[in-house]
Amino acid sequence: MRIDKDLVAASATPLVLGILSDGDLYGYAILKRVSELSGGGMQWTDGMLYPLLHRLERLGYVSSSWGTSDAGRRRKHYAITQAGRDELADRQKQWTVVADALRQVWQATQRPQAVVEGWA
Amino acid sequence: MESHAELEAQIDRWRGYVQRSQAISPADVDELEDHLREQIADRQATGLDDEEAFLVAIKRLGNLDAVSHEFAREHSERLWKQLVLVPEGSDDASTPRWRELAIVLALAVGAGVAVKAGFAWLDDGGALMRNLGLLVFPFLAAYLAWKRRFTGPATAVLLVPFAALAVALNLYPFAPGGSTELLAALHAPVILWLLVGVAYVGGRWRSDKRRMDFVRFTGELAIYYTLLALGGAVLIALTLATLQIVGIDFEPVLQDWILPFAVPGALVVAAWLVEAKQHVVENIAPVLTRVFTPLTVAMLLVLLAVLAGAGGFVDADRNLLILMDAILVLVLCLLLYSISARDPLAPPGLFDALQLVLVVAALAVDAVMLTAMLTRIAEFGFSPNKIAALGLNLLLLVHLARAGWLAVGFLRRRRPFAAVERWQTRYLPVYGAWAAIVVVVFPPVFGFS
Repeated sequence: MRIDKDLVAASATPLVLGILSDGDLYGYAILKRVSELSGGGMQWTDGMLYPLLHRLERLGYVSSSWGTSDAGRRRKHYAITQAGRDELADRQKQWTVVADALRQVWQATQRPQAVVEGWA
Repeated sequence: MESHAELEAQIDRWRGYVQRSQAISPADVDELEDHLREQIADRQATGLDDEEAFLVAIKRLGNLDAVSHEFAREHSERLWKQLVLVPEGSDDASTPRWRELAIVLALAVGAGVAVKAGFAWLDDGGALMRNLGLLVFPFLAAYLAWKRRFTGPATAVLLVPFAALAVALNLYPFAPGGSTELLAALHAPVILWLLVGVAYVGGRWRSDKRRMDFVRFTGELAIYYTLLALGGAVLIALTLATLQIVGIDFEPVLQDWILPFAVPGALVVAAWLVEAKQHVVENIAPVLTRVFTPLTVAMLLVLLAVLAGAGGFVDADRNLLILMDAILVLVLCLLLYSISARDPLAPPGLFDALQLVLVVAALAVDAVMLTAMLTRIAEFGFSPNKIAALGLNLLLLVHLARAGWLAVGFLRRRRPFAAVERWQTRYLPVYGAWAAIVVVVFPPVFGFS
């Protein structure tokens, strides 16, 4: 199943911050992790990840450093900062509220959707 | 191996293509290339050949125009010189370049005519002084509004404050030669300049990034204007000297015609140059700030030492206080300009520490001045001049103190540089508000004296 574009955009920041809170990663690995977590349902345009990472860096949520890959190429690694962790906690609260509200709506319409659990 | 060579060639061509986008820096291209190669390797592992893997990887990376647009949104400082230049191949390319030049020249002449008319009709020196800014502003704002394709409501945002300011400056019964009149004349340009800013940002004055672009614009405009003035001065001096030898008195023409047209006209032309030819000066801006920041620190320290040696400001005269105010404003402009010229993603370095020293030195000077002013007020009582100066110094104190605090946080890597920038851009309107108070509220409160 394909997830709507706006939904992907809205969840991008908490997803990236959440993935980075497990450990430092570089861009391609972050995208692979997103794909794994969503069972392939969330397909990002790969190139759009980098402006997002740069924005998070400007806001101070992540920091970056250049290293080298196994093949000897320059590779930029990203790590979450304390401000990023605070932001993530805040986003988490917001998403919990949204997911709770949605769950009640699904129950009211008697058509529970499995997707909701994925968000909460 | 031959097919791998083909793949390398394809990646090279792709790199060359991506590098053409001004918004994507070489480091970003490295980052994207790393991504592309990872993706290709993964595709190859699933059995695709080089070409198929490359095509899939390119497709996954997304439409390059859309991606570079996203980069541009995030890194407007890399792009600001292109913001208004017409993109190649768009509809606007049909607008001939001479048309813009014609509009600029017409507006420059218009500004000159307005000032000349002001000299002719406003025979009272005070009235002319109050209105000079009002005469030039519409032409500069008109150019920017034309450039940004202003619509009705956006124009109203400019016109209403402008009209209000014009009414206040001309209908108030100022006492001739009074200090409230002088204060109003001094503060009106501040309001007008912020209105120019509203025109420059195309009405998007809530955006921090656009405000920072306006700071850059102001700095570059000052540089261009100085260059134009220098060139003009050399030309005028040579003409004057030559004609004097021939025996023709050139001075009346110079005073009555050339200067009233050249001085305001050059402002419009300088604005156009900044818009069109930013990259000429662009590389100078960081260099200039790096040269002048240490020099200004030295100047402030010398001043502090001299004043401390002379027993402080307590019985310092008024002119000294005014001069020191001017110096502090200049220091602030330098600070703002160097912040605008800095790469926001660069880690804190020696220059940032130097900037903090500048802020602290300025704070020290400001604190000494505030003490002197309060002493003067306690001794001689209130006057419009003193309150205006006190207000400005308090604004500067808050501005500098917070800037210093944020700079410490940035140097200790507790805060991103964006926090430093945001404080600067958010604080700017406060000066406009204070200037508006001085122009509109002071005269009635102090009886137009």
